[in-house]
Amino acid sequence: MGQLEKILRKLGSFALLRVRRMGHLFLFLLNSIYLIFIPPFKFKALLRQIIFFGNKSLVVILLTGAFAGMVLAIQLFYTLRKFGSDALLGPAIALTLIRELGPVLSALMVTGRAGSALTAEIGIMRITEQIDALTAMGLNPIRYLITPNIVAAIIVFPILAAIFDLTGIYSGYVIAINLLGMSEGTYFSQMETFVDMEDIMQGFYKSVSFGVIVSWISCYKGYHTVYGAEGVSRSTTEAVVMSSVLILVWDYFLGSMFL
Amino acid sequence: MIEIIDLHKSFNGHEVLKGVNLTIADKEVIAIIGKSGCGKSVLVKHIIGLLRPDSGKILIDSMDITRFSGKELDKIRENLGVLFQGGALFDSLSVFENIAFPLKEKTSMSKKEVHDRVIRSLEDVGLKGIENKYPAELSGGMRKRVALARALITAPNIILFDEPSTGLDPVILHAIHKLIMDTHKKYGFTGIVISHEIPEIFDVADRIAMMHNGIIEEVGTPNEIRNSSNPFVRQFITGSLEGPIDIF
Repeated sequence: MGQLEKILRKLGSFALLRVRRMGHLFLFLLNSIYLIFIPPFKFKALLRQIIFFGNKSLVVILLTGAFAGMVLAIQLFYTLRKFGSDALLGPAIALTLIRELGPVLSALMVTGRAGSALTAEIGIMRITEQIDALTAMGLNPIRYLITPNIVAAIIVFPILAAIFDLTGIYSGYVIAINLLGMSEGTYFSQMETFVDMEDIMQGFYKSVSFGVIVSWISCYKGYHTVYGAEGVSRSTTEAVVMSSVLILVWDYFLGSMFL
Repeated sequence: MIEIIDLHKSFNGHEVLKGVNLTIADKEVIAIIGKSGCGKSVLVKHIIGLLRPDSGKILIDSMDITRFSGKELDKIRENLGVLFQGGALFDSLSVFENIAFPLKEKTSMSKKEVHDRVIRSLEDVGLKGIENKYPAELSGGMRKRVALARALITAPNIILFDEPSTGLDPVILHAIHKLIMDTHKKYGFTGIVISHEIPEIFDVADRIAMMHNGIIEEVGTPNEIRNSSNPFVRQFITGSLEGPIDIF
């Protein structure tokens, strides 16, 4: 076999492996979404996962939302003043948070906080044969472990993004009034004029899709964990990195679509 | 009856099962022994339907389950109980919820019926009064007994025990073996026990199958295995370092 043929064979099998893995990843999502509509529905598991996402992420969302708003206030005030538009600080912060930073940063925070915990939990269930035990009972593990997480994330992510936005807007307000000397009325008065329902919906769509991405990748990586504790650690790292990258890539595509 | 016919399975080019043939009669307890990595757990996973063979058949009551998938396989699994090596209890559920889980999910029993059966099942395994504890609060032996209670709760026809006594002290090991014998006498299931416990397992099983290098090397009653002249069987049951079995 010639050297060229060897290289081509290796490239071919690498490409085939990647395509197969991607197919596997998408089938996993399709199967999980399909089970959303097929009874019996697992409301208890859904409620538990809503609390799981909210409970794990709320503090970090409040904290990062507050500081994001404060940083935005300072940086945007500096930029807007150069153009003589510092009165538009309120709407500028609100639009940046609602359309972009709220959904993206809150999704990244949830990935680090709850997404990683989710991968580790499902991974441990895999290596301790708890997932096999479900299958051996004639029950579908996807229905019990994965579908409730995807639905919970679809519900929770927009709520957390909204909390992030509100915290950011109010912390920006505190900085604008106390540090930058703006009047109270100016900050909010322009917001109503410049922030449309369309902007809010864009943020909503983004956070819903980020919810799907984070829960899907976190669950997939946990579900396919192998090789003991080291495997759980690897799956968790891979889930966080892959979810974070996909959030930013998908954010770009959605941003372009909404232009 | 379970018939395993010429079962082959490879992982990444490495052949683990090389043509396993084994027949297990109704209501008998058969122990599958063999050195670690010889394919015992892989064989069990095929019987549960967690793995698909590359070739060969597994007939349960004359139905080839290797051709089944989805709901057909779930139907077969309704008559199957599994005691996994580490117990595989659900960490987030209490002992009561763990044992009640298959009943709640697979039957339409009332809460009272479920409660009564769980308590009775816990009594069967000698663990009355621990229903509100969580798996993390239990010792290794208690976990195995809770797992056995969960495996028994749906009164399955077949129960697979994947190394039920590995890692336990000799007293608990005997307690688990006695429990398998007692529950077998009471419920009359077909039992498949994967074990390394020689000679203790000879008291539990009706027949012993020695597996080596992906095939069943010999099957017989405990006495036949004890007196076997097969060099693989002899080396394994005596634990000798000299013989045809590779140590590493």
